[in-house]
Amino acid sequence: MEAYISLFVKAVFIENLALSFFLGMCTFIAVSKKISTAMGLGVAVMVVQAITVPANNLVYHTLLKEDALSWIGIKGVDLSFLALLSCIGMIAALVQILEMILDKFFPALYSALGIFLPLITVNCAILGGSLFMIERDYNFGESVTYGIGSGLGWALAITVMAGVREKLKYSDIPAGLQGLGITFITAGLMSLGFMAFSGIQL
Amino acid sequence: MSAVLNDETKKVLIEPLVSNNPITLQVLGICSALAVTSQMSTSLIMALALTLVTAFSSAAISAIRNHIPSSIRIIVQMTIIASLVIVVDQILKAFAYDVSKQLSVFVGLIITNCIVMGRAEGYAMKNPPLESFMDGIGNGLGYSLILVIVAFFRELFGSGKLLGNEIFHLTKDGGWYDPNGLMLLPPSAFFIIGLIIWSVRQWKPEQAEKVEFKIMPIAHGEGGHH
Repeated sequence: MEAYISLFVKAVFIENLALSFFLGMCTFIAVSKKISTAMGLGVAVMVVQAITVPANNLVYHTLLKEDALSWIGIKGVDLSFLALLSCIGMIAALVQILEMILDKFFPALYSALGIFLPLITVNCAILGGSLFMIERDYNFGESVTYGIGSGLGWALAITVMAGVREKLKYSDIPAGLQGLGITFITAGLMSLGFMAFSGIQL
Repeated sequence: MSAVLNDETKKVLIEPLVSNNPITLQVLGICSALAVTSQMSTSLIMALALTLVTAFSSAAISAIRNHIPSSIRIIVQMTIIASLVIVVDQILKAFAYDVSKQLSVFVGLIITNCIVMGRAEGYAMKNPPLESFMDGIGNGLGYSLILVIVAFFRELFGSGKLLGNEIFHLTKDGGWYDPNGLMLLPPSAFFIIGLIIWSVRQWKPEQAEKVEFKIMPIAHGEGGHH
């Protein structure tokens, strides 16, 4: 149990996908102008991350890993080079299915999150989460924890960023630094702040 | 050469470098642009990989653009891009294993790099293969330029080296330069990109963004100057 809590805290704060691995930066910068939209996207990323990382974990461990096919009697096959293709295909398919389910059964949630779902397929944070899971060889339980934790960390980062940018609108910024430039500097300062967590040991 | 490089080709090749740079102006592809920049060597390899993937995926997608049904075009584009990335990944693993270990997941993340998808969707779907190839090279080079500039500053000031060769003599070996550890940490990449954007926009003021909220100067008589 302790190991899971430690992994969760690490995924949320210390190895924050947005601020220490720069993942999902395009949407992080583009959709962080208002707190409400940023939060919507953050929640959508968290939900998709919590589903896709464990799903990819199952596919990788039952089909692609070296000797993983031995349960149907095929030995000595290593399909792990297909991991990239299977991960992105899995993510695209799951996002599509999620969109349909939300549309059919939870229309209110769909109208809140729906516009973000297509954006999420090409969000580096989602694919990055799955690839980190493969690289670090997480088991199924760890992959669930990591999926939820890293999604939450990303959501936290983009919401805080939107809060800062809403205030920043009223500041007197040099013309060339306006918009994109100051956003990067702010992200840098936030990243410095998150680095303060890096000493935490659980 | 002049027959191959007509005006359109030249335009799509040169324009993305400064005046329409994918990173500083279109805010695309910064995800992986930053994480690999603490050393020049990794960022050069990353830049090369991304340029090649963008160019070849644009050319391939443009070649079959009239046969792709528009409802499944994203999946088709993604499959082509993912296959090219797998090729790059396998080549790196075979011939440059150390570098591929350092780049870790970031080679795989070229798949979701917004530049590749953006060029496929925005240019290659409407233009013939050769121009799309050149457009891919141009945008890849625009990305590479920023990546290499960031890596130059981070490696030079963070460890006093360039491509592993010592430039500044370090204090721990009896020299004069005390390396700045912050340059090797993630925040410095954000600061450098922010400063690059500022310099480019100071140089080309038409790229600056409009102010959302205009701050009015203090009216006479109320200010503290009198």
